[in-house]
Amino acid sequence: MEILVILVPLALGLGLVGLLAFLWSLRSGQYDDLEGAAWRAIADDEPGEEQRPARPQRT
Amino acid sequence: MQATRDFSHYVRDLGAGLLHIDLAVEGVSCAGCMAKIERGLSSIPEVTLARVNLTDRRVALEWKQGALDPTRFVDRLAELGYKAYPFERVGAETIEAEHSRFLLRCLGVAAFATMNVMMLSVPVWSGGVDMLPAQRDFFHWLSALIALPAAAYAGQPFFRSALRAVRSGNLNMDVPISIGVILALGMSVVETVGHADHAYFDAAIMLLTFLLGGRTLDQRMRLKTRAVAGNLAALKAETAAKFVGADEISEVPVAAIRPGDLVLLRPGERCAVDGTVVEGRSEIDQSLITGETLYAPAGQGTAVYAGTLNISGTLRIRVSAAAEGTLLADIGRLLDNAVQARSRYVRLADRASRLYAPAVHATALVTLLGWLLIGAGWHDAIVTAIAVLIITCPCALGLAIPAVQTVAAGALFKAGVLLNSGDAIERLAGVDRVIFDKTGTLTLPELDVVNSAGIPREVLELAGRLALASHHPVAAAVARASAATSPLKGIVEVPGQGVHGFVDGVEVRLGKPSFCDAKHLVDGDSVRDPEVSLVAFSRGDARHLFAVRQCLRPDAKAVIAALRQRGVAVEILSGDREAAVGAAAQSLGISEWSAGVTPADKVARLEELKQGGSRVLMVGDGLNDAPSLAAAYVSMSPVSATHLSQTTADLVFLGPELKPVLTAIALSRKAHRLMQQNLWLAVVYNLLAVPIAIAGLVTPLIAAAAMSGSSLLVMLNALRAHPRGMSWKSW
Repeated sequence: MEILVILVPLALGLGLVGLLAFLWSLRSGQYDDLEGAAWRAIADDEPGEEQRPARPQRT
Repeated sequence: MQATRDFSHYVRDLGAGLLHIDLAVEGVSCAGCMAKIERGLSSIPEVTLARVNLTDRRVALEWKQGALDPTRFVDRLAELGYKAYPFERVGAETIEAEHSRFLLRCLGVAAFATMNVMMLSVPVWSGGVDMLPAQRDFFHWLSALIALPAAAYAGQPFFRSALRAVRSGNLNMDVPISIGVILALGMSVVETVGHADHAYFDAAIMLLTFLLGGRTLDQRMRLKTRAVAGNLAALKAETAAKFVGADEISEVPVAAIRPGDLVLLRPGERCAVDGTVVEGRSEIDQSLITGETLYAPAGQGTAVYAGTLNISGTLRIRVSAAAEGTLLADIGRLLDNAVQARSRYVRLADRASRLYAPAVHATALVTLLGWLLIGAGWHDAIVTAIAVLIITCPCALGLAIPAVQTVAAGALFKAGVLLNSGDAIERLAGVDRVIFDKTGTLTLPELDVVNSAGIPREVLELAGRLALASHHPVAAAVARASAATSPLKGIVEVPGQGVHGFVDGVEVRLGKPSFCDAKHLVDGDSVRDPEVSLVAFSRGDARHLFAVRQCLRPDAKAVIAALRQRGVAVEILSGDREAAVGAAAQSLGISEWSAGVTPADKVARLEELKQGGSRVLMVGDGLNDAPSLAAAYVSMSPVSATHLSQTTADLVFLGPELKPVLTAIALSRKAHRLMQQNLWLAVVYNLLAVPIAIAGLVTPLIAAAAMSGSSLLVMLNALRAHPRGMSWKSW
């Protein structure tokens, strides 16, 4: 059971890291535009090319 | 006089030579728009950041201080096909956004604590026999270490609200929630110190997580609605042409205008400030203020109010009150009284908790006394009594209403209705009478040509192109009816008369019948309708007459019939003339109507109906409607309404149709039914669990299962508020 001495702080530490990561993401505004973020993930990311013929029109 | 646009009011200095501006953009709806806008704006040199927010429909821009004029962004967006306006977050929205972030932070803390405490609880629950007491104590202490600070932080929204309620001598849902959480944590600490078997850290922190989840969703929906409402205000572009020199004017936002400033009001413009005319002559349309559709003459010394439409001449106005201060004195007084009366409404959730909390606390007390009577020790009796409080802690009750509200607000949003106040859905559900204002509410806010079908296509087209030269609202109606886009060249406007010019060497005129030499065409029929303005068009020897009037909303008749069918009485209260109101009432089939009603009379009529036990939905748009909007049981405004009416109304609807009124009533009735169902579900669930608690058989495992089970049930039931046939992803 001595393993608990390592495992428990490790588990708590990991939880804390997760929490801090969440707080950081909140602070940096990542939850301000949930709708936009959903679209950004699938947007083509090639600046400079203005028009593409085969892009489906979404409205 | 050259007008320049001045955005300096909206530009924020970020320091380090960077400037920031927020623009509200019309028509951004997809990823394609987002990429197009960001690319288009980033290609301007000096721009360091261009980021679209798709939820709020806004663009944030940052650029290096220097030669770049922010109006260039608006022009660039116009080239890309988007209308954009500079935008300033108003106080209420900033507070909501801040609150939303705080809730999310609390939710994050509570969720992480729940996960970790659960991780420690599961071994205790399952390892009962194999576990040494010392190990169990160790796990309990660890849980306390996580749960106590987390609950102290994440519980703030509930504790604060409970404290506020108790201080003002009220009870709300947060009071029993706070008592339950604090007692559960306190008892767990005591039990842990005493090496007992059970601790309830997990149940307490899980309860907070569930409730925070519900509240965060509710808050998000509200924030989204508010953002859209804020954009609409910006898109209405409330600007004024302010004199910055003797003959130099600058287009500035209303927020930057101070009392004492001199502004210019051109024909066709809507006044954004209160003030007095110092120079010029014109006719003004005050229908947004009084409901009266007949134009009033204005000259030196005439007082004009925000919302007034200038018709024919150019006016110089000395500002007496700008933006927020703009309002007629007696309307302001009526409004204050009405707003105070309204705050007496008690929300469904609070009514429920007023019944629920005493019942639960009494049950706990009886349990304590009962166990003492049959000879149990103090410790056991107290532990059992607290277990009753924990198991009845209104987790599901706390979710019952926000969950439905979130789903219903989302559905309303889709139907073009924005919610201003959180309890509007509950109140709207009880409505048994709808009172409409006429001008701008039953009718469309803009004028329309009614006889366009009887006029040859090419004549209409030419008249429309001619009409583009004038800002007069009647001319604007002709231009709209013809869908003309290319103005004619060399057109001269004669103020108060009309416009004229030459096409292919033939003279064309558009304006008053006398101006076009078409008086002989004006016959009895068209004059008899008091609301029609006649405008004549002449080309060479040919003469045509257009009848222009305010038309009823296209679906007004159908909506009113549907309201009747649902058992809702319909009535018109208007400040307009009797003939005009009577005609509208007749064509809509409404038998109860009154004309020439003052704001005070409207409020009196509402009071009278309230005494009679009616619950009235008031739908109106004018400044004269604002007090009655506040006095009514619940109220609605079209988006074209004056600023004041819009902020006073509980709901705002978009678009040219009246249908959102009907949809809103139907949806809120359904939502209200679900809220009540949810409350009953939660109560029944607790009724089942209470006997177990009274018997002293509750373990932390049962408490946790009971809470999550009831919460899930209530959440699932709430989802039924979403109308069928709409896609899930759409909101």
